[in-house]
Parts: sequence; structure tokens; C-alpha cells
Amino acid sequence: MILDLAILSRVQFAFTIGFHIIWPTLTIGLGLFLFILESLWLTKKDPIYKELYQFWVKIFALAFGMGVVTGIPLSYQFGTNFSGLSEIAGAVLGPLLSVEVMTAFFLEAAFIGVMVFGWNRVPPLVHYLATFFVMIGTHNSAFWIIAANSWMQTPQGVELVNGLFSVTSWFDVIFNPSFPYRLSHTLIASYLTASLVVLGISAGYLLKKKQLAFATKGFGIAFLFVAILAPLQIFVGDLHGLEVKEYQPVKVAAMEGLWETTQGAPLLLFAVPDVKEETNHYVLKVPYLTSFILTHDFKGEVQGLKDWPKDKRPPVTTVFYTFRVMVGLGFFFLLIVALGVVLRLRQKLFETRWFLRLCTLCVPLGFIATICGWIVAEVGRQPFVVYGFLETKDALSPVIPEAVLGSLIGFIVTYTLMFGAFLFYCFHFIKKGPSALVEQAKDVDETEWLHVATHTTHLTQDRKGEN
Amino acid sequence: MDFAIICAGLLLFGLGMYVILDGFDLGVGILFPWAPTDDCRNVMMSSIAPVWDGNETWLIYGGGLLFAAFPFAYSIILSALYLPIMLLILALILRGVAFEFRLKAVKSRWLWDFSFTAGSILAAFSQGLILGATIHGIKVENLVFKGNFFDCITPFSLTSGMALVIGYGFLGATWLVMKTQGITREWAKHITKPLLFMVLLFLLLISINTPLEYPHIAKRWFSMPNFLYLCPVPLFVLILAYGVFWGLDKNKDAVPFRAAIGIFLLGLVGVVISIWPYMIMPNITIWEVSASVSSQKFVFWLLAFSLPIILGYTFFVYKIFRGKVTKEEAFY
Repeated sequence: MILDLAILSRVQFAFTIGFHIIWPTLTIGLGLFLFILESLWLTKKDPIYKELYQFWVKIFALAFGMGVVTGIPLSYQFGTNFSGLSEIAGAVLGPLLSVEVMTAFFLEAAFIGVMVFGWNRVPPLVHYLATFFVMIGTHNSAFWIIAANSWMQTPQGVELVNGLFSVTSWFDVIFNPSFPYRLSHTLIASYLTASLVVLGISAGYLLKKKQLAFATKGFGIAFLFVAILAPLQIFVGDLHGLEVKEYQPVKVAAMEGLWETTQGAPLLLFAVPDVKEETNHYVLKVPYLTSFILTHDFKGEVQGLKDWPKDKRPPVTTVFYTFRVMVGLGFFFLLIVALGVVLRLRQKLFETRWFLRLCTLCVPLGFIATICGWIVAEVGRQPFVVYGFLETKDALSPVIPEAVLGSLIGFIVTYTLMFGAFLFYCFHFIKKGPSALVEQAKDVDETEWLHVATHTTHLTQDRKGEN
Repeated sequence: MDFAIICAGLLLFGLGMYVILDGFDLGVGILFPWAPTDDCRNVMMSSIAPVWDGNETWLIYGGGLLFAAFPFAYSIILSALYLPIMLLILALILRGVAFEFRLKAVKSRWLWDFSFTAGSILAAFSQGLILGATIHGIKVENLVFKGNFFDCITPFSLTSGMALVIGYGFLGATWLVMKTQGITREWAKHITKPLLFMVLLFLLLISINTPLEYPHIAKRWFSMPNFLYLCPVPLFVLILAYGVFWGLDKNKDAVPFRAAIGIFLLGLVGVVISIWPYMIMPNITIWEVSASVSSQKFVFWLLAFSLPIILGYTFFVYKIFRGKVTKEEAFY
């Protein structure tokens, strides 16, 4: 068997980052949700908010831990698998990733412990600050990593000196053309995904008529978020599309499955792209719509894939299908909102069983939409790793393909086990429900004196140490 | 100002932080199966649960800083050490998830106990391989790795792998003496001494073997006047080893841990003396693998502002979780 180093390295990076993105997507959104819950708890003093917090912080912590451990391979794969990229673009990517480490990872990692284990150790305000810092940390992390990713999509603010990138303006590097769109699109995706998770799980409790106060509150807040975010995401996605058309037109051509440059390009609802014949089969289309979306003119011109040589086009099929899944899900979420609003107006939002069932189905859908979106963005950038400058095949490390195959198998086995365990314990935890937590918390409160006792012992020992 | 030297110093600082902080929590994982009771294991895990995330972040700090300030070293070393680095990463994943799942598991607890210990041992061992391979050297032509996949496996690197497993175990034992009570503490005190003897033995073995095998390192240590400046290093190690014994005997529970940190830092100093100013042995200096001055300057100012803040709140968090772990906390 002949192993291809480029394919293996890309598959490994795609697999590890695709698995990783699940966790930050959840924790960025849940982090904000927890911050809002604790704000409400501190101002309104309604214990329902504390109960919600203590339930969701457990899921948050679990997802956060998964995010930490699956993040480490990423920061090292730039060297182990893409050392060409690290050398040529190190001056840009290295500092951006360092800022992420310094402003995000340490902050999150330090205060997550206080968030989860600190209720009985610190005053409420300090705990609140810990929640705040973790929330800020997750957002900082998104800001800097998306700055780095967006620079690879739409590079600027640099010059090539002896074949290596050298920064001329950090401002231009960070605020590159695709950055504001990608950042807002990604953040909204996180909020939306986390809201759908809360919505779906709360709906599950409502269906079983368990934890009613808890579930109603959670469902209500989450639905409000989904109702705002789902339409907003479609709007921002549309703006992002216009930016891609401007700076990476070949990616748009692949997303739309458009082979010929066309005036009045149709929107393909479904098709089977044929890369060999450079055409599509089984087409179901809406005439003129793509042109209208991208140029706001039914007769507007959209460039087709044939304008680029074959070896400068991205893998069309992958980009085409994942784009359709993402957009389809986006509109499905809008449908959920519309149905929910109608039910709310009829005062039946919390008891319509078919709707609640539909909501439970939404739990994984936000993640699927997010991953599909990233596949569109990243596969759509191929064959380049730094768009227009550096092709992926020239960015590889001098390692043997067998080694990459070995590590890839290692990742697949480990991650599959991890994911299975995560789902298993999450289901178990959700099944037990928040009331089990309340019992546990009571037990701990009763043993509060032990902490005090321990603290005193500690002080005595310190004093002994001084003597 | 020579930013390459400053960045190398900051990198070394991160390495020191990592070795100490993740060292003790890896050590707790290494000692895990030998604990006398299951309650002890719960206590051991709770003693590190709130802080291991932060400890591991220093590894990402190291990776990020190496990438930003010395991109060529990052590229060469990570390609050359593909095997131990991937082992390290997989091991850290295994033990990281054990923290999340162990306390939620009932029937499958053995699985997470195993993944916690195996992950900790493998992580320590692969770090030793990385250390050994770094001292041994990497075959490089025109700043590209030209060696083989298994070059990093040598008798020397295997020895340093084992040494680090024992070393972290020792550091973990002193941590437990400081953080626990009752039988966990008694047991930790009991194993600290033999572990320390093994650490000293490994240090001796490596100190004899390294100069014999690598003449350039021998020259560094044994030529005059270097020898006079450098002979306090092993002397301090002995003093600190005595400190560990003293702390154990006098029931000063925090002293052995502090002394153990000192021994680790001296070990690190020894490594730096042996390889400075080379970043890739035997002949590539830190300046040859440096990023442009503007990148290193960027990194310097970034760290000048953020590092004090990070150290401040890390200290604050350790203070929140100071003192002995109680049994109740062990159920979280």
C-alpha cells in the first residue's frame, strides 16, 4: 500500500481539530450561559438559578476537560506534521497562538477549578469573578485562534523575506478581511449550539414531567436565545458569504457547485457534482437565486470553477455537500423558532409534546452544523494552507507516512473511547437530574465545619513551621 | 538587547514551571495504584483535581513560545521527536479524561484508574525520552531534520525516561505528604525516602554517563575554571536531599516538597549548563533557529505584561485550595 503523507497529515489534523471543535463550541456558549445564570442568581436570589448553574457547570466542566486534552495535540501538530508551515508562517502564527495561551488558556485553566470546586471555599463574589474570567478566557481564545485561522484564509499585513513571512503590520494581520465575519459567525454558532443543547435537554425533562421548575426555566431561557440567534446567524452567514466571494471566489464556486461563470446563477438545492466531467447530475435548482444572494442582482455574474486550473480548485464534492448540510440546519433552526413562537403565543410552548420531541432532536444538530461550516472553510481553502501563498503539500514535516498513520490510529482509538465515555456519563448524569445534585450539595453544607477544622489545623501547622 | 537570550530564558522558565507543576500531578498518577486504600486514591485525586488543568497549560506555553520565538527549532525538534511527542500527547489525553470520568464511574472505575496511571507513567517516560534525545542530539541539514524515526530511542534516552518516571513519583510523594492526612500521608512519607534514593542513583548514573558518552559536555563541566563554578550544583542536590529527610523526620510536611522542587530545578540547571547555547545538539545555537527580531520582541512584550498577571492569579488559586485535602472533598 502506498501511503500519502499529505493526505494522512491532513486527515489527522482534520480529525483531531474536528473532534476538538465540539468542546469549545459548547464551552464558549455554556460559559456565557453560566455567567448569565450566576448574575441572575446574585441579583434575584432565586435558588432556581443556582440550581441551573450547578447542573450546567458539571456538563461545562466535563466538556472543558475534553477541550483541554484535545487541544494539546493541535498546538504540537504544527511542528510534528506541518513544520513547513511553522517555518514559513511561524512569525505570524507563533505570536498569535502565544497570545491565545497567555490571555486565554491560563485564565480558563486557573479559574475553572474555582468554578467547579470553589463554592464552599470562596465568597460568592469571588466565585462570580471566576465564572466571569472563564467566560472571558473562552472568548479570548476564540478571538486569537480565529485571527490566526482567518489570516490563513485572507492573509495580509505581511511581506515575504527570503521565502518566509515577515509581519509589516500586526493590526492588518489580526483584522484581516475575513476575521470579523468568521469571528461573529463562530461565536454565534457557539451560543446557538449551546442554547440548543440546553433547550433539548430541558425539553427531555419536560417530556418526562421531571424537574419541572428547573426544566421550564432552562427551556424558556434557551428558547429566547435560539429565537434571537437563529435568524441572526443566517444574516451574519450571508454577510460572510459575500466576503468569501470577494476574497476566495473559487471557494464560493465550490460551495455553489458552479462550474461555468454564469450571469444569473441558480441556487442548487441538490446535485451530485461530477469532478471528472466538470458538471453536476440530478440537479434540483432555484433559478437566479445564487446570483441574487451573492450580488443582490438576479443577473449578477458569479465565477465558475472552470476559471481556475484543476490543481487550484478545492475538493468540490466535500465543500458542496457540507455547505448544504450547514445551511439546511440553519433554516431548520429558524423553523423551530417559528413553530415555538406560534406555540408561545397560544400559551402552549412548554407542553406541546411533538414540539418538545423536536427540540430534543436538536441537541447534536448545532455541533453538526458547526463542524460542516468548518469543513467548508478549511477544505474550501485547499490546495492552499495559506491562501494564495503556500500550498498544503509544501508545508509538510519530513516524517515517514507510517508514523502519521500510527499516530492517526492512536487518535481515532483514543477519541472514540473518550467520546463513548463522555456520552455514557453525560446521559447517566442527565438521567439522574439536578435533584441528585441538590442532595449532594446539602451533604457538603452540613460538613462545612470540617473545612473550617481543616483550615485551623493548617494554620497551626504553619505556625509550627515558623517556630 | 539580545531577544533570543531573553526568549530562551522565558522558555526555560516555562519548562521549569511545567516540570514542577505537572511533575507532581503526574507523580500522583504514577503512585496511584500503590496507594493502600481506595479512599486514599480519592484523596490523591482530589488533591490535584482543581489545579491539573493549569499545570498542563505550561506545556502549551512551552509549545507556543517555542513556535513563536524559535520556529525552526519547533519544526526540527517536533519532526525529529515525532514518536515521543505523540506518545506524550496520547498519554496526557488518557490521564486527563480519567479526571473527568473516574468520579462519575461506578462499575468501570478500574478502567479510569488504569488510564490515569498508565497515562501518567507514559507521559513521564516520553518526557524523559524527549529530554534524553535532546541531549543526545538530532541529525539536521540546512535546518531540516534528516534523521530516522527511531533515532530518539537510545539507551541514554530510555534511561532518562525511567529516571523521570521515578523522579516525578518522588515529587508526587512529597506533594502528598504536604497535602494529605492520616494513612495517605503515612504511606507517602514511607515511600518518599526509597524514591529519593532512586532519584539520587539515577542522577549519579546520568552524571557519570553523560560526560563519558558526550565529550563536548565533559569539556564543559570538567575544564578549569568551569569546574569550580559548577561543583556547587551536585553539592546543593545533597543538601536538599538532606532537607527532605529532615522535613520527614520533624513532621514539617511542606519541607520535603519544597526541597524536591529544588532538586528538580538543579537538575534542569545541570541540563542547561550541558547544552547552552545550543538549542539542538550538537551544534545548532539558539540564534540559528530564532524568529525575526520583531517576532521575538512581540513575544517579549507579550510575556512582560501577561506573565506577572498569570503568576499572580495562579498563586491566588493555589492559595484558595491550600491546606490538607478533606475526605469530603474527595467525593467531588
